[in-house]
Amino acid sequence: MLDKNGIAKRIAQEVEDGYYVNLGIGIPTLVANYVRDDISVEFQSENGILGMGPFPIEGEEDADLINAGKQTITALPGASYFDSATSFAMIRGKHVDLTILGAMEVAENGDIANWKIPGKMVKGMGGAMDLVASAENIIVAMMHTNRAGESKILKRCSLPLTGVGCVKKIVTNLAVLEVTEDGFLLLERAPGVTVDDIKTATEGNLIIKGEVKEMNV
Amino acid sequence: MIRKTKANVTEALVGVQDGMTFMLGGFGLCGIPENAISELVRLGVKDITCISNNAGVDDFGLGLLLHQHQIKKMVSSYVGENDEFERQMLSGELEVELTPQGTLAEKCRAAQAGFPAFFTPAGYGTEVAEGKEVREFNGKMHILEEAFKADFAFVKAWKGDAAGNLIFKGTARNFNPCMCGAATITVAEVEELVPEGELDPNQIHIPGIFVQRIFQGKDYEKRIEQRTVRQK
Repeated sequence: MLDKNGIAKRIAQEVEDGYYVNLGIGIPTLVANYVRDDISVEFQSENGILGMGPFPIEGEEDADLINAGKQTITALPGASYFDSATSFAMIRGKHVDLTILGAMEVAENGDIANWKIPGKMVKGMGGAMDLVASAENIIVAMMHTNRAGESKILKRCSLPLTGVGCVKKIVTNLAVLEVTEDGFLLLERAPGVTVDDIKTATEGNLIIKGEVKEMNV
Repeated sequence: MIRKTKANVTEALVGVQDGMTFMLGGFGLCGIPENAISELVRLGVKDITCISNNAGVDDFGLGLLLHQHQIKKMVSSYVGENDEFERQMLSGELEVELTPQGTLAEKCRAAQAGFPAFFTPAGYGTEVAEGKEVREFNGKMHILEEAFKADFAFVKAWKGDAAGNLIFKGTARNFNPCMCGAATITVAEVEELVPEGELDPNQIHIPGIFVQRIFQGKDYEKRIEQRTVRQK
């Protein structure tokens, strides 16, 4: 079974040379730590930077330089700043190659819910609805089950939706799944995890074709 | 020639009244019009509608206005950093319209650019789409979103000149340029106000035509929400 860093490490393998990548808050942010250093990738943060670098060295924090999680960051050589409309023109106009974000629930029809728990958590969707509605290449990083052990990989989402039919690939602590017309196709299993473990943890229709290989992380 | 430069924030906010709709720039606490917010608190204007990506934190930014119960309605994309906000929203004291961030930016830009409305795929099939016109373009579903209408836009820039030209710094740019010219009156506060001719026209982010009033801001606190660092 993978931890959050393991999920990020596996997703980092999906990042290709020359990609512009938007990373959501949480596990997705960790992906930047595991991208191969022989490729060139630019990270976009939707509050208005391309070419986002690591956290600043202590004492060099700049209140005017933050990411979408409101954390202080740095800008790498080649970086640019822009306004919010331009930022979402990049996203809506499909100029961003890969979007990685978290989810509370994902359904076998590609629906995603990650912004609201009625009566409990009402923080807002931020840029998530724009991202999932427009990005063609979305990877969801999430835990396969909630703290009570219930599946978050569902037939239908129970929480208010963020977007419909938009998720293509999911990387969880247990597996790599592809969303297909017939359900979740099991592509890979995490080290030490059996296909039966994944079946038990998946409420949605799970498709198993032949031998399921173990992730290389 | 009409003089855009105002002596101070009080002069810059003349005309602000109860019940008005304001746009306020900033993302989190980054690039917020600190001086204008302080003045709105001092003036005590009530029943206002605020269009702003976030709602500040409990004791800073728009949180100060919330604390005084001056805000009737918030239009935002993310309000997670403010407990008082959540309390007022869940108790029904505060009306809240949550809008996807890109849609929020474009509703500002549309107002600035003279578009009454636009279609976007963001929010289709979600509760954001409720009551909105839906149309298919190129096999994909979109919803109709209308441009904002506001009385004042309060923005913060790094540098500005007497002509109202503005230059922003880092990610403090965010929603500020989109809101310039998107309201009846745009008030810009700047860290450094210079005479005309001192800014390089090649470097200007927002031309002065979108700005009606400008003033030299003071005492910027520039609070950091999440101080994240690494060791040398």
